[in-house]
Amino acid sequence: MKAVLKTIAYLSLILLVSFSASAKDEAKGEKGDPVNTSEEINDYILHHVKDSHDFHLFDYFSDGEKHAVGFPLPVMLWGENGFSAFMSSAFHHDDEGTVVVEKGGSNFVKYHGKIYELNANATTVSFDEEKHPTNASAPFDLSITKSVFGIILIGLLMLLWFGGLARQYKKKAVPTGFGRILEPLVLYVRDEIAKPNIGPKYRKFTGYLMTVFFFIWILNLMGLTPFGFNVTGQLAVTAALALITLVVYLFSSNRHFWSHQLWMPGVPYILRPLLAVIELAGTLIIKPFSLMVRLFANITAGHIVVMSLIAIGMTMQDQMSVVGSTILSFLLSLFITLIEVLVAFLQAYIFTMLSALFIGMAVEEPEHH
Amino acid sequence: MEQLLDNFSLDLFVKQTILFLVLIFLMVKFAWKPILNALNDREEGIKDALDAAENAKLEMQNLQADNNKLLQEARAERETMMKDAREIKAKMIADAKEEAQAEANKTIANAQATIISEKKAAIADIKAQVANLSVEIAEKVVKQELSNKDKQLDLVATMLNDAKLN
Repeated sequence: MKAVLKTIAYLSLILLVSFSASAKDEAKGEKGDPVNTSEEINDYILHHVKDSHDFHLFDYFSDGEKHAVGFPLPVMLWGENGFSAFMSSAFHHDDEGTVVVEKGGSNFVKYHGKIYELNANATTVSFDEEKHPTNASAPFDLSITKSVFGIILIGLLMLLWFGGLARQYKKKAVPTGFGRILEPLVLYVRDEIAKPNIGPKYRKFTGYLMTVFFFIWILNLMGLTPFGFNVTGQLAVTAALALITLVVYLFSSNRHFWSHQLWMPGVPYILRPLLAVIELAGTLIIKPFSLMVRLFANITAGHIVVMSLIAIGMTMQDQMSVVGSTILSFLLSLFITLIEVLVAFLQAYIFTMLSALFIGMAVEEPEHH
Repeated sequence: MEQLLDNFSLDLFVKQTILFLVLIFLMVKFAWKPILNALNDREEGIKDALDAAENAKLEMQNLQADNNKLLQEARAERETMMKDAREIKAKMIADAKEEAQAEANKTIANAQATIISEKKAAIADIKAQVANLSVEIAEKVVKQELSNKDKQLDLVATMLNDAKLN
């Protein structure tokens, strides 16, 4: 159902953009016209997969002017002059560093998704060849960005849903309504992920695993809606998740685990130091790194592929006519979106399952021979 | 790699870490702990109920077996009792018969003895009477003989006839 709704939404987006594109054919490639050239589409896609300070839903054009539809999010910064907060609408959707916002004695500009604080005597920002600002510093950004907004939204949603399920159990043994959908999912994570991978000590870690599983899954699915969330496709988010898994399994590891890490029994003594290095690298770096990159890459790639296929509707218009390219892009993006629904679950499952596996390896008790 | 690092936002990393830790804490406290406890309780309840049902079934089977055993025992007891009763009845009848026979024999024997003794007494009595009669006849004969010989003979004949009638 969700996939169908989303596909309809994508379809309307495609139609909207392609009709406006054909109407404004003569203005191709100009600033302020619809996104319709390959470069613009590339920029648009890369911009989408990044975090952003405002919530942008879509653009429309009237009288050759671009109007962005969305809503601003609060910007909170800790810079040279302390804390300052304002709404992101103060930048007027500018992302090139031209609009300067003055707040609490500091001047802020936004450039490519990042907010910079201008040095005391500067009035405009200037860049070096690598597009790093030369006369501005980056304040610590506490803003509720789009990703943070998504994280908080999903957090509240999870608390609402599962807290509601928990309250239902106080009154009755079998939940009703939406709880009937949630309960099998909870049981699935407990019985198929936590129990088989961790073993008898599963109970202590089930809370973490369930939080991770539902957090990633729901955010992955949210990313497939046309609202433009790409939270689990943010490297910072997956890094934080992987780091927490690392901390969890390091802090729960027992003697048996470390004795196998540092002095592997059953192999020649000369190989043991070498194996210890490999094992340590695996435990401390490779495992969390693979967790981080797998989720990030899968979700980001999915977003880029879906958006690229939608873009076929615009880029192939010359070769295939408006109708042909729209139908082609619709069919392809429908297909890939259905796969992405599967990937959304699969990546949540893999992340949780591997976390459980790593924890299971760390808490495993020596076998009694 | 450089673009990857460029995409990495330390601010977002810090925010995500803090928010996610808070989320884990809240979810564990308000959702996972009560949910898992409730699920565990429910599963244990179901397991207990199943065990209890199984036990009840076994008990029922035991009871039924016991009942059958009792029934069979009762039946066997009844059989033996009936058999005993029949035996006793047969024995009593046999005994009674035997006793009656013995009694009858005794009675018959007594009767025979009495008959014999009576007979003897009768014979003795007859003998005595015959003797008396003989004596009387002899007396009378002797008396008559003395008077008339013919009459004496008649008398003897009459006397003998009388004796025969007696």
